[in-house]
Amino acid sequence: MTTTAAIRVADLSKDYRGTRAVDSVSFDVPHGSITGFLGPNGAGKSTTLRMLVGLTEPTGGSATVLGRRYTELLNPGRRVGVLLDASAQHSGRTGLEILRLGAMMMGLPDRRAEEMIEKVGLSKAESRRRTGTYSLGMRQRLGVAHALLGDPKVLILDEPANGLDPAGIHWMRTLLKEFADDGGSVLLSSHLLHEIEVVADDLVVIGRGRIVARGSKNDLLAGSGVYVRSTDDEGLAAGMRAVGVGFTDHPDGGFTVGAEAEHIANIAAAAGITLRELRADDEAGLEQLFLRLTADDAREDVKS
Amino acid sequence: MTTAATTAATTTPIDRALIPIPFGRLVRTELRKLTDTRAGRWLLLTLVAATPIVALVMVFTMSTKDLNYAKFVDYTSTPEKLLLPILGILTMTSEWSQRTGLVTFVLEPKRGRVLLAKGVAALGLGIGVSILMLLVSVVGNVLGQSVRNGDGSWNFAGQVSGEVTLVLLSWLLLGIALGMALLITAAAILVAFVVPNMFSAFFGSGSKNTTAWFDLNQAQSPLYSHDITGKGWIQLLAASALWIGIPMLLGAMRVRRTEVK
Ligand SMILES: Nc1ncnc2c1ncn2[C@@H]1O[C@H](COP(=O)(O)OP(=O)(O)O)[C@@H](O)[C@H]1O
Ligand SMILES: [Mg+2]
Repeated sequence: MTTTAAIRVADLSKDYRGTRAVDSVSFDVPHGSITGFLGPNGAGKSTTLRMLVGLTEPTGGSATVLGRRYTELLNPGRRVGVLLDASAQHSGRTGLEILRLGAMMMGLPDRRAEEMIEKVGLSKAESRRRTGTYSLGMRQRLGVAHALLGDPKVLILDEPANGLDPAGIHWMRTLLKEFADDGGSVLLSSHLLHEIEVVADDLVVIGRGRIVARGSKNDLLAGSGVYVRSTDDEGLAAGMRAVGVGFTDHPDGGFTVGAEAEHIANIAAAAGITLRELRADDEAGLEQLFLRLTADDAREDVKS
Repeated sequence: MTTAATTAATTTPIDRALIPIPFGRLVRTELRKLTDTRAGRWLLLTLVAATPIVALVMVFTMSTKDLNYAKFVDYTSTPEKLLLPILGILTMTSEWSQRTGLVTFVLEPKRGRVLLAKGVAALGLGIGVSILMLLVSVVGNVLGQSVRNGDGSWNFAGQVSGEVTLVLLSWLLLGIALGMALLITAAAILVAFVVPNMFSAFFGSGSKNTTAWFDLNQAQSPLYSHDITGKGWIQLLAASALWIGIPMLLGAMRVRRTEVK
């Protein structure tokens, strides 16, 4: 397959009765890497992921997984592991039975269910209890087990660390790292930066439906970014994206960029774009950006 | 050791990952979902146990002249007629009430196939239950004759068997259709049991000739009296289209388009 990315999200948008929950979201998840999808509650992460797997019809845009629309994958569970909501399980079924149902549907032997129970650290006794009695952490483990059932190449996980204790979060990180080291690709969301900053290679930050930052984690976390403003910010953004430079929208217009000033000037020159401003920006850290996003939303909540 | 086992288990299946999930497997999965919860098991147990219990009570309490095959079928089918719509409804709504659709429709994004598999699974159980009911009636009739020296006649046996099966499966399909259309168990049960009967009560005073076109109970009544005419069949078809066909169509459209969350 010639496709370069395991997951490609192109211009996805979703309107709910006039309000835009997701607004032209685009990003790639490269093969063999972990992309963290980060944003405060209500930012549009879950909606984006639901559109990605065909549970929600997008208002605009499209997405592919392994080069195809998810809904066109044949027996998708064997190629893509999905966990959208660990609580969405029948409370009257045992954990083991839920995995057996999944295995049956995907055409896998029953023992695969038992193996996955073991892999996610649930005990035999726990796996034979109804999930109605499970803690959120146990549900997350069961959900991850379900996502791994079909030995997928891609994982899509919505807030999988929710409800896990520190040991559980550590376990999850190790598991995802191993998965990616074996060539798997992971897209996982979180509303907490610290949950994914250790494990992610790339970050996509979303706030109020729009992507506000995207790039390699190292660039984004570098802190000492460069502020740039130009006569053609859209063209500049396209130029930076093309060479893989991470940047975020600045609230006053322009961008905060995780690259050398000279590099940015060269990109602009190559695109024939005139710069208006180019200077060091000490407020550029991802932490600050994220705090700003969350604070904005908190203010909005107080107002409404 | 586990790692080795995992690798062994997964290398073979992967080659087959590029074929769609076979329909038969979807049906088997849906059948299993109907039987692996407490509610499902109780419902099935009741469906299976109801007919022998009714038949047994009949053998010992009914007046001997009424102990014939048609009566056994009539009485033993009554609880099934009430229970089968619930089976149909639960088959469709559980995916939404328990939010398991979030998993099911991710594993098989072609939602129409899932719906069809659910329909086939429920219908399969419905046919099984109907056959059991007929067999129990045969045994009941034989017992009635030998134990109580009952009437034991087999009048209309073939016709009765076919007609009552048709009625039972219609009500099962009604449940399936309403479950799909409403997606909420309580609402679907309410509508299935209240609305058609309210309809019959409301139009009960009208001429049977006209009300049978849109009143399902009325349209089915000649099946019980074994005197359905050509026109009666057409009326039955019309009433079934209204109560089963239309909700099913709306439900299929709804399930295919609605957001799963
Ligand atoms: N079915 C819906 N109807 C109306 N608004 C919705 C619906 N689903 C989500 N939203 C809104 O869309 C926004 C994004 O929600 P969501 O994707 O769940 O965010 P996140 O997962 O990042 O917390 C929120 O403002 C939420 O209220
Ligand atoms: Mg969410």
